[in-house]
Amino acid sequence: MAKLQHEVPQANAWRTVVTAIGQIFRWVPPIYFIFAAIMIGIGLTNENFFTHYRNTLNLLLQAAPLAVLAAGQLFVIISGGFDLSVGSIITFVVLGSSIMLSGNPEATYWVIAMMLGIGIVVGLFNGAVTHYLKVPSIITTLGMMLTIKGAALLWSGGAPRGSLPAAFRVFGRDRMDKFLIWERFPHAVLILAGIGIVATLLLHRTNFGKQVYAVGDNPRAAALAGINVPLVRMICFALSGLFAAIAGVLLGGFSGVSTQVGDGYELRAITAVVLGGARLLGGRGGMPEAIMGAITLQALFSLLNNLGLPQPLREAVQAVILISAAAYAVLRERRKA
Amino acid sequence: MKNRIKAVLGMCLIALVASVSVFGQASEFFDPDEFQRQMELLNVEPVGPADQPWLQALDPNYVSTTQYAKEPPWTICFSNAGLFNPWRVVGYETMMATVETIPEIAEFIVLDAEGRDDKQISDIADLVSSGDCDLLIVSPNTTAALTPAVEQACQRLPVIVFDRGVNTNCPVTFISPIGGYAYGAQGAQFIVENLPPGGTVLALRISPGVDVLETRWSAAEQIFKEAGVRVLGDEFTGDDRATTKQIVMDYLNRFGQIDAVWMDAGATTVAAIEAFEDLGFDIPIFVGEDQQDFLVKWAEEGLTAIGPSYPTFQWRTAVLAAVMVLSGEDVPSPWRLPQPTVTQDNLEQYLQANMPPQHYAFCGCEDLPGYPERWGGRSN
Repeated sequence: MAKLQHEVPQANAWRTVVTAIGQIFRWVPPIYFIFAAIMIGIGLTNENFFTHYRNTLNLLLQAAPLAVLAAGQLFVIISGGFDLSVGSIITFVVLGSSIMLSGNPEATYWVIAMMLGIGIVVGLFNGAVTHYLKVPSIITTLGMMLTIKGAALLWSGGAPRGSLPAAFRVFGRDRMDKFLIWERFPHAVLILAGIGIVATLLLHRTNFGKQVYAVGDNPRAAALAGINVPLVRMICFALSGLFAAIAGVLLGGFSGVSTQVGDGYELRAITAVVLGGARLLGGRGGMPEAIMGAITLQALFSLLNNLGLPQPLREAVQAVILISAAAYAVLRERRKA
Repeated sequence: MKNRIKAVLGMCLIALVASVSVFGQASEFFDPDEFQRQMELLNVEPVGPADQPWLQALDPNYVSTTQYAKEPPWTICFSNAGLFNPWRVVGYETMMATVETIPEIAEFIVLDAEGRDDKQISDIADLVSSGDCDLLIVSPNTTAALTPAVEQACQRLPVIVFDRGVNTNCPVTFISPIGGYAYGAQGAQFIVENLPPGGTVLALRISPGVDVLETRWSAAEQIFKEAGVRVLGDEFTGDDRATTKQIVMDYLNRFGQIDAVWMDAGATTVAAIEAFEDLGFDIPIFVGEDQQDFLVKWAEEGLTAIGPSYPTFQWRTAVLAAVMVLSGEDVPSPWRLPQPTVTQDNLEQYLQANMPPQHYAFCGCEDLPGYPERWGGRSN
């Protein structure tokens, strides 16, 4: 009897621990577990990775353009749309800047400002066509993707002309000697952090953010509640266009001029957002998770490099991991509801 | 719920099995006889004017073309695989400028297949059935898919094929440089000769399954194997600079040092070099191509490097061969062009500071109308 009395509280304690772990799994977004799993994989395949923080900084530097792009894409996806034009905006920014800056590098800041402006204008146009002409955003932005890519190639004659001056490449390539405690800290990571904080506050702490969720959940109800639906949608697309232009500056800085620099980035950005748990039909998603999704995707690319699998197998493994992650997020969401 | 999870896991398993079986079917590209032949051609003295390599031929076997002779003016048609990379853009400009220098060509009709086999097959059919063409030049998108289309065209008019080949002898001539084995081997041999004992190599390739690229790698792989060189990995970059730089950074993070980088094309070589610079490593032995951005970097940093080429001047040869055929002159068939290489000794000669970063040094275009602006360069 005495023995039994001793055992009961112990079992309770054990159950509490199990429940607590269950609660963590329930409330911490799954992307963090996926990220942790991939980082463990990287640690196992590359024993040098965790010996110095510079490897983690390099990973963040590589992920920065995609993460900025995912942040912009998330606004559009939560508001119930898609933005497929972002990859072409990247290409346009890189090719256009290289042509305009060829021979006069002192114009760098003007050209960057102009490119960011073009990103915003393209986004506003996407939003306006989608809302007022009732063209589904996937069609609008697909058309925009082809138009902008075509314009960029026409402008450059199909091959990269000129090159990006060092002043342009500072943002995506160079590093600070020291930032707080870290040496050789990439500018791009700082830019990503700044954009991440601003975008998180905008989406989760402002009235505008709440309106974005409302529009994506049910545009009609949102309109009846007095929300200016076209304005909210257009701002979302404009943010996506602006962030795409920033991603273009970072990517052009990172690796230089090529005609296919932005190819495939629209799908990668959407993948990152979905990995981060956003619902493709709008109304649900979180900013830190979407950015984490982009970093996770980049980490996955690095892991696959480390594994050294043959290319066809690598693409299949990548697809399987992405589908599994998305399926897991959906299943969990349903269980919670 | 359990069933759904099982279903998802099942689908994942099927996808994995499917992908493994696809991988299992990857074919072997190495052909020892052809490899041997190309290596011998590298040492053959070309026939033709030394200052016009686009008119030179290696070990030529001339065929008569009197049956195709025709009074000018001519209409020449060209079915182009596409303009999907700087190599093709530079070559295409060279071709169009060459056409301008030949008054006998009244019309030069070009259809662009945009990198699609199906479009090129119907392009060729359209050109043949139009009846306007006196001669057809084809730069095939892929070898096997375009062979029947070229065979049908051969029955109606003289055909000249260049760059990638087709599996038929019906064209009047096939123009190409020595080939992929020679290209891949030149870089690999340079690495083997310069590598410190026990040194390591990273191989970067564009994409799998393209014969002109597979031959480059299979030759290099063979040479590395024979020399006992340790290859850390061979990776696909998709010809994308950002991907290239990320891959090299990942390898540097993992292995600490790489002693040589072999590449099957030069468009992303500078991005790979930057990965070493940005992470604070010494730039190792590099195999690039004849692009200006790489040559500039080579000269600035004093690299140990080599630039094999797949010369763009073959686009000029295609037009000149068409003129020879319509004039009834003998042409070499197949027309094997020399495959020049940029080395430390001739680097200065091929550096062209006024040309754009992705301009190819062996364009064979310097004496053509509109040079250098037409190729994106500045005249100074």
